[in-house]
Amino acid sequence: MTAEEIVNRETDVLIIGAGGAGMSAALAASQAGSRVIMTDRSLIGRGGATIMAQMTVAVALGEQTPDDWRHHYADTLKAGRGLCSEPLARLLCENGVDAIRLLDSWGVGWARSDGHLTQAQAPGHDRPRCVYVDYLNTGPAVAKTLRTQVAHDDNIERYGDLLVLELLVEDGRVCGAVALHLTTGQPVVIRAGAVIVATGGLTRLYRRNSASLNMGGDGYALALRAGARLIDMEFVQFFPIGHLAPRLVGFDPIMWDPFRYKLGGRLLNGLGEEFVEKYGHAGEEKGYTITRDAATYAILKEVEAGRGSPAGGAYLSFQHVPEETLRKAFGPIIDKLAANGIDLTKSPIEVAPIAHYHMGGIRVEVDMSTDVPGLYAAGEAVGGANGANRLSGNAITEAVSFGLQAGRSASAYAADAQALQAPRALELAGPTLARLEPAPQGGEAPNVAALIARLQALMQDCVGPFRNEDGLKQALDQLQVLKAELGDALPGDGGPQDPVRLDALDLHNMLLVAEAVTRSALARRESRGAHQRDDFPGMDDAWTLNQTLALRDGQWRLETEPVRRLDTPVDIPAGGTEYEGQA
Amino acid sequence: MNTQDKDRTIILEVQRGVGGGPSRTQEYELPEGAAASLLDGLRWVREHLDDTLAVRYSCINANACKECMMILDGKVVYACVARMQPGARHQVAPLPNKARVRDLISEIAPVKERFDQEENADD
Repeated sequence: MTAEEIVNRETDVLIIGAGGAGMSAALAASQAGSRVIMTDRSLIGRGGATIMAQMTVAVALGEQTPDDWRHHYADTLKAGRGLCSEPLARLLCENGVDAIRLLDSWGVGWARSDGHLTQAQAPGHDRPRCVYVDYLNTGPAVAKTLRTQVAHDDNIERYGDLLVLELLVEDGRVCGAVALHLTTGQPVVIRAGAVIVATGGLTRLYRRNSASLNMGGDGYALALRAGARLIDMEFVQFFPIGHLAPRLVGFDPIMWDPFRYKLGGRLLNGLGEEFVEKYGHAGEEKGYTITRDAATYAILKEVEAGRGSPAGGAYLSFQHVPEETLRKAFGPIIDKLAANGIDLTKSPIEVAPIAHYHMGGIRVEVDMSTDVPGLYAAGEAVGGANGANRLSGNAITEAVSFGLQAGRSASAYAADAQALQAPRALELAGPTLARLEPAPQGGEAPNVAALIARLQALMQDCVGPFRNEDGLKQALDQLQVLKAELGDALPGDGGPQDPVRLDALDLHNMLLVAEAVTRSALARRESRGAHQRDDFPGMDDAWTLNQTLALRDGQWRLETEPVRRLDTPVDIPAGGTEYEGQA
Repeated sequence: MNTQDKDRTIILEVQRGVGGGPSRTQEYELPEGAAASLLDGLRWVREHLDDTLAVRYSCINANACKECMMILDGKVVYACVARMQPGARHQVAPLPNKARVRDLISEIAPVKERFDQEENADD
């Protein structure tokens, strides 16, 4: 393909990813006067994690009971086991209030009763704090609301089926990207004053995961290759009660959390015994209070001791809940369950931990800028706000509040950024464009979809909720084996929606990001939150540090840094969670 | 595979092709237990038999992304919620009223969200 044939576009702010964070960033950047191009590898506002949210959005609105963002902040820091970046956690909790009110003003439809928003109590929160949209409709409602706002904004061009392959870096500054237009198989070069990565997390690295196919960590790979540091990559949140059995068709596996919020429910081991108390947590008869890291640990320890449920998890029972109570809480969902042959009044279902969210991600300052000028990040793609364990309900709040911040910051940066000339952009894109040229196919090509499945099994088994040195080293070795089997050349015909080529592009990124997680996990010789080492049980105060990871000339650079504190600590009002980690 | 297992094998007859080019039908056999939903089956095919089969989806099992619309035995379905019958033979095809991109993938994006190569070139 000649230079004249490459489609070449220009904008102020390029946003990669059109979930909650990306759409929020687009609206804020436009509001600040920028022209925006927002791309997504899938459809706009339909892929990614936002639309998958079942219920809770945590924010200190004080509608249900008096509240203050500082109480939410204290709970967030406590859940993060000492590793939250205080400035980022503060941004989430403080700006989250206006962000969630903004969604309300756009008609998202938060559940209401008695003239105020209904706020549910979720584990780890000191009071009812989580707004939601019935029934299990929070994510779709948030996504639809943002889609509508974006669609009515003339400054925002939005393009689905554009997969960003590489960021353009000129003199250490990010100034655009090369993308693949999946519908045609043709490359596209986009010049931009600033770029925001809003690609979500990495749950696709795991065999059992709750998010979408798009969450393969590609934004982390883009940022790494552009020279940015990642942080906290060892902390992958496993959602403890992902649906396991019997087979359910047409439900997200994290669907049982809302049932727990509204109805409690009891976790039981394979012998029918309650067990979370054995691990030092409040019994289930006192309500749903156990945090995600703690529940994941307890369930997997029961399975390890031979007391798992038949499919290898725990039972979750609602048999003690009367049918009319079930119907009042979940009306139409009860019928959908019946169509799947499930009657909660008659038998329990089986649940097990499932990869759900990434606490780690791109290291940013509080304005969402990365180490690389011109490059910003937002939402789950950002690491640091949630430390070693994320509190239920913080993800959408983070997506919207960080998205709005990233949009404002990127817009301000782009206003003064020197424009990249088109011929220079093509030069910078050269290596990526060359990679897309048809390559001679030597020998029998491996089934790339099968290689991805092997990676997912490896990560689940060796870099899952429980880790040890042997397993992590084995994982590093096997990642190299997979890399060799995949090879450097891109397979496939390169035509429209070529699934082989797409899988290969994804797998290259997934292998890089999997290595980042594994190396960080190997280095952290303690157990904390979502990172549990069999060989180093218990938290070690000396490890109250964050790890950062960068690629320098193709070599990994893993470093530690002190947890970022606010210059002036937040004065947390009395009557809530006491946070002692504050210096 | 014994006779009883064979009776429960699911056969997918998948209509394939790129863009407006010629179509052909390819047959895939799914062993018992490989697929509860049509999307399970197509993903099993890609992983075990043929990774060149093109099918689009994001959310896997939640019926949230609405990307996996296609034709199963003459009816429009979401592949993630369409159930497979053990022992059945199913015909699978892309949506008839949308432009085919490849195999089971149709152009489903709203017009305003499509990147148009021609119109958008600014230099």
